[in-house]
Amino acid sequence: MAFVDDLGAALDKTPGGGIILTSLDAVMDWSRGKSLWMMPMGTACCAMELIAASFSRFDFDRHGSIPRPDPRHCDVMVVAGTITRKMAPAVQRLYDQMPDPKWVIAMGNCAVSGGIFYYDTYSVVRGVDEFLPVDVYLAGCPPRPESLQDAILRLREQVSTDSIAPGKSRKLTSPLPAPGSARRGEPPVGGGDAG
Amino acid sequence: MNINELREHLCSEYPDLCPLFSVEFGDGVLVVEAKRLHDAASDLRDLGFDRLGMVTAVDTGDEFELVYRLQSREMHAGIFVKARVPRDTASIASVTDLWPAANWQEREVYDLFGITFEGHPDLRRILLTDDWVGHPLRKDYEDDRIIRRPDYI
Amino acid sequence: MTEQTIVNIGPSHPSTHGVCRVVVTLDGEIVTHAEPIIGHLHRGIEKMAENRTYLQVVPLTDRLDYVGSMYANWAYCRAVERLAGIRVPERAEYIRVIVCELQRIASHMMGIGSTGADTGAFTAFMYAFAQRDHVVELFEALCGARLTYNYVRPGGVSMDLPEGWVEQCRAFTAQHPSAMLELDRLLFGNVIARARLKGVGVLSADDAVAWGASGPTARGSGVDWDLRRDDPYSVYPRFDFQVPLGENGDSYDRARIRLWECVESCKIIDQALDQLEPGLVKAEGLPRLLAPRPGDAYDHIESARGSLGVYLVSDGTPRPYRMKVRSPAFCNLALLPLLAEGHTLSDLVVILGSLDPVFGEVDR
Ligand code: SF4
Repeated sequence: MAFVDDLGAALDKTPGGGIILTSLDAVMDWSRGKSLWMMPMGTACCAMELIAASFSRFDFDRHGSIPRPDPRHCDVMVVAGTITRKMAPAVQRLYDQMPDPKWVIAMGNCAVSGGIFYYDTYSVVRGVDEFLPVDVYLAGCPPRPESLQDAILRLREQVSTDSIAPGKSRKLTSPLPAPGSARRGEPPVGGGDAG
Repeated sequence: MNINELREHLCSEYPDLCPLFSVEFGDGVLVVEAKRLHDAASDLRDLGFDRLGMVTAVDTGDEFELVYRLQSREMHAGIFVKARVPRDTASIASVTDLWPAANWQEREVYDLFGITFEGHPDLRRILLTDDWVGHPLRKDYEDDRIIRRPDYI
Repeated sequence: MTEQTIVNIGPSHPSTHGVCRVVVTLDGEIVTHAEPIIGHLHRGIEKMAENRTYLQVVPLTDRLDYVGSMYANWAYCRAVERLAGIRVPERAEYIRVIVCELQRIASHMMGIGSTGADTGAFTAFMYAFAQRDHVVELFEALCGARLTYNYVRPGGVSMDLPEGWVEQCRAFTAQHPSAMLELDRLLFGNVIARARLKGVGVLSADDAVAWGASGPTARGSGVDWDLRRDDPYSVYPRFDFQVPLGENGDSYDRARIRLWECVESCKIIDQALDQLEPGLVKAEGLPRLLAPRPGDAYDHIESARGSLGVYLVSDGTPRPYRMKVRSPAFCNLALLPLLAEGHTLSDLVVILGSLDPVFGEVDR
């Protein structure tokens, strides 16, 4: 993305470039947000829900989020499951292989903090944020497939604030929507009858 | 075959194993000396215990107790064979030559307890990384990465 | 001898069904040696159990075999009951049988489905998963969880069947066998799947016994051994069911047996629902804090992967002194080097899938 970064920085400095920059940002963010291909880093129980999420009943693909086993194709890594000390280097390596820009969703209590394996164990890494930058934390043991969809939608919101010019990304003003407010342009994610 | 028949059978075929046989919670238990374990296991295998279900160990403080569970399809019976080895020279004969199933199971016991199995073809760590220090299932295992769970009871 | 190539598969690879690494030595495309490297999901559950009370260990057992959580729950509870001398009410035993047979269906659907995915029949995976989703919904209605149930507890089950559950369950078992026949035609009648599965990874009956294989892996080779029938526990002797057996011991037989086991499970569920009487679902007068007398106990059940045993040692305190899980997937996976030798690299994937390992249980 070096070229785009340079372009962004150059536009930012050019008089009148700001307008082009914002339009470019809008296009980039729109396209990125609608095709967040995910790297399913499923290691344990949560991986089952990750599989369920992309199958016919919950149909993840409709959000443009297609699971790809190859890190080179992916934008977002979904860490679903317990990460042990033996596994952590492999996760790190796969993350490094993903092209920028990239995001991480920590799915399930284990990936968030170690969860049920926080105490007394000698081999579990307490949360994937010990070695990866996590964008969305998703609690639950395991989280339901709908929560994973919600996490992807949250991530899309976050992606929509990105700018290609360094240092120009906006902050999400309200990370938590008011209770009951449906998100813009998205059908509400249903309960058991979502499929 | 129930436990009592198993005991009679064992007593008639292998009189020297009989005094070592007891029944605990409905299971037959054979406690042998560590150096006789391999012989006892091979006798039992000849008797029809054709499956090695499990190999594990228990840290009892100053000794390790090795626990083998054998199963016989023909007799529909299971039996425990136990042997104790001292903690500082924890080593016992491998039964991989009798049941290949012991291969991975003994590696696991070696990994988590640090008990060596003589005659094992490939004794390496299996679950933990090769450079791991210590054997976690020992009661005196120390690791500063462990956070003890607070006592609620 | 030609030059050997060493290829590393995993630990994160779509075809290893979890976090397994296989180091394969290849001569051209032929596997000369395949060594599984496990332990990437070793979470130390056995060590953790030593610092929990007997009841607090139950949720940990859920996380062992996460495709079939009920089994580990049940095996552990049986060991505790044996140790503490608890008698389980009859209704609870029936409910346990029903949920475990449902669990077998859910678990086998995953196993068959991934065999389909490995052989390129992804549609079959979708069909199988739809059946699994029905079961998961039944479980959700039962205990609120889709995956980690924590339902079977020492002394019984955590709660009674909700209203209308029996009818839902009957509706499921009524449609399931025909769905299985459809899946059989779709997957095992498919020329490509047959070509990929038949004669691949042949396991002889003697090897299966010597290597401690159990469950569909052993039965695929014709080893007639099913704990539900041969070491009967709970109320299984009251049901009439068959144990499907394979003839050739290849991947095809191992995978297809799972399908017929699901049909048999439906029969067991129907009979159990017929015989279900009202009553208690949990033993009465259990102490809040179980502290069984010192000693050790072992119990095993037939899980979807084979004989799953739990060995418990008590020292009289409210916490287990030692817990060991005899994991069928661990023993079955040890067969991989034996089975894969001489086959092509793409067949290795099929063989690994036909052993249906779940790494939560392999590594514990
Ligand atoms: S969060 Fe819970 S369900 Fe998910 S991997 Fe961890 S233990 Fe399993």
